[in-house]
Amino acid sequence: MSTTYAVRDSVTMLRRNLLHWVRYPSLAIMLVAQPILFLLLFVYVFGGTMGAGLPGAPTGADRTDYLEYITPGILIMAVASVALGTAISVAMDMTGGIIARFRTMDIAKVSVLTGHVLGAVLKSLVAVVVTLGFAVLLGYRSDASVGEWLAAFGLIVLLTFALTWLTVGMGLAADSVETASNTPMFLVLLPFISSGFVPTDEMPWGLRHFAENQPFTPMIDSLRALTSGHSPGNDLWLAIGWAVLIAALGYLWSRRLFTKVPAR
Amino acid sequence: MMEVSGLRKAYGDHTVLDGIDLTVPTGTVYALLGPNGAGKTTTVNICSTLLTADDGEVRVAGHDVRRESDAVRRTIGLTGQFSAIDELLTGRENLRLMADLAHLDRATAKASVDALLARLDLVDAADRRAQTYSGGMKRRLDLAMTLIARPRLIFLDEPTTGLDPRSRRELWSIVREQVADGVTVLLTTQYLEEADALADRVAVLDGGRLVAEGTPAELKRQVPGGHVQVEFTDGRSERLASDGSVASLRKILDGLDDSEVAGVTVETADLDDVFLALTGHPTTDATTEEKEVLA
Repeated sequence: MSTTYAVRDSVTMLRRNLLHWVRYPSLAIMLVAQPILFLLLFVYVFGGTMGAGLPGAPTGADRTDYLEYITPGILIMAVASVALGTAISVAMDMTGGIIARFRTMDIAKVSVLTGHVLGAVLKSLVAVVVTLGFAVLLGYRSDASVGEWLAAFGLIVLLTFALTWLTVGMGLAADSVETASNTPMFLVLLPFISSGFVPTDEMPWGLRHFAENQPFTPMIDSLRALTSGHSPGNDLWLAIGWAVLIAALGYLWSRRLFTKVPAR
Repeated sequence: MMEVSGLRKAYGDHTVLDGIDLTVPTGTVYALLGPNGAGKTTTVNICSTLLTADDGEVRVAGHDVRRESDAVRRTIGLTGQFSAIDELLTGRENLRLMADLAHLDRATAKASVDALLARLDLVDAADRRAQTYSGGMKRRLDLAMTLIARPRLIFLDEPTTGLDPRSRRELWSIVREQVADGVTVLLTTQYLEEADALADRVAVLDGGRLVAEGTPAELKRQVPGGHVQVEFTDGRSERLASDGSVASLRKILDGLDDSEVAGVTVETADLDDVFLALTGHPTTDATTEEKEVLA
């Protein structure tokens, strides 16, 4: 049975996936640069005013306070940005000739997709570390312990799995690479309508209702709590629940699309 | 090596395969000859586990392609019409990827990669990205990627379409070597010349049906040879039937006046002649083109 080779084939496909990043760095650079640009924009253009306007902010709060407030949201955006790249590379595979070759080989079928997923997790971690490095350069400091940071990274990895399986499905569903680069855009935009950049209390009723209940909000709130050394409380369970749900649905959707997509 | 019986496939109202039966003996080259849209690629896709048929049965080395697809996949290799190489990887990396997916051990993988690079004349380009390869090189790499797992049955879907004559001949000689090693080849082609050069048996496909089957010699006997095209100095031209033999050419030339003839061309039977002879209509390709011109 081909499943005996699932691990070996997944590692082979992961290697291919990472080689693509080395060979085609412009996409990678663009995807990592996106959250960093948002970070610079929000901290330097809006940061002064926004920092002073944060609820419970002491007088004299400034852009450094705002930097601390938005960094968790920006990190999540970095993960979403890499997930967008995954949709693109899956669609490139599926619209190219090589997929017919993979399908006629006796390999673990799932490895064609797990290569992308594992690659995305590694890339997300790189993107998150680079983005975090930028935030530190701009003055971001954390009071959290090593254990809390580990928990934060655990949450990021879980979120990466969730968003990646979702975008793998989008890549499979897309009939062209262009479509695959458009459909996941909402993932990069959704953090704006969450607790990521401003507290949801200030939003109009309908928007607030949406922002408070969409999956990114408990994720960002948990990450913010963990990285500032507080207990995330119930938000953490809500975040984990959302991530597991999205990952499971994304996986099932992807598997279904992958097994039924006909040859060209 | 492969038995196909009663194969049917339709997309909605459009019937692509309308009951195909084939037997491909082990260690031979079998050619599916036909124009675009005849059902060649669909047949290959079903036999190589990419598509499922609506009806009929395909057995490869005794295994049913639908129920025992893993066993079939261990036996076959496919070089499709669309380039199935990873353009971002080098030639060597592409082959290594295939060797790893074929679960070869490290030493065997390295030896096979080196041997295939040498055999397919890709050593100098081995560490360049496949993106930079010429059409002929890409096709050779594509074939090498198929060969690395040592398949017993190879599907070649229009392997030389778009290649220059030299690359085409190189590819033919590689196919012959494989067959000499006992490999079975199912080939699709639009070129009568290619089927003639490589195949032990040829099946002619038209509109999803087999219209003729036999050795190339048997098929050519059903085709009324070629013709001689004569251009006259006054601008007239005439098409004279000829079987290509010296006797028939001499007879034609004897009947011509030296001063009136501007040029003589001898044309051998081509796919259109085969189709005209076997189906009573030219290749569907030509028909579509005509329709497009009319529209």
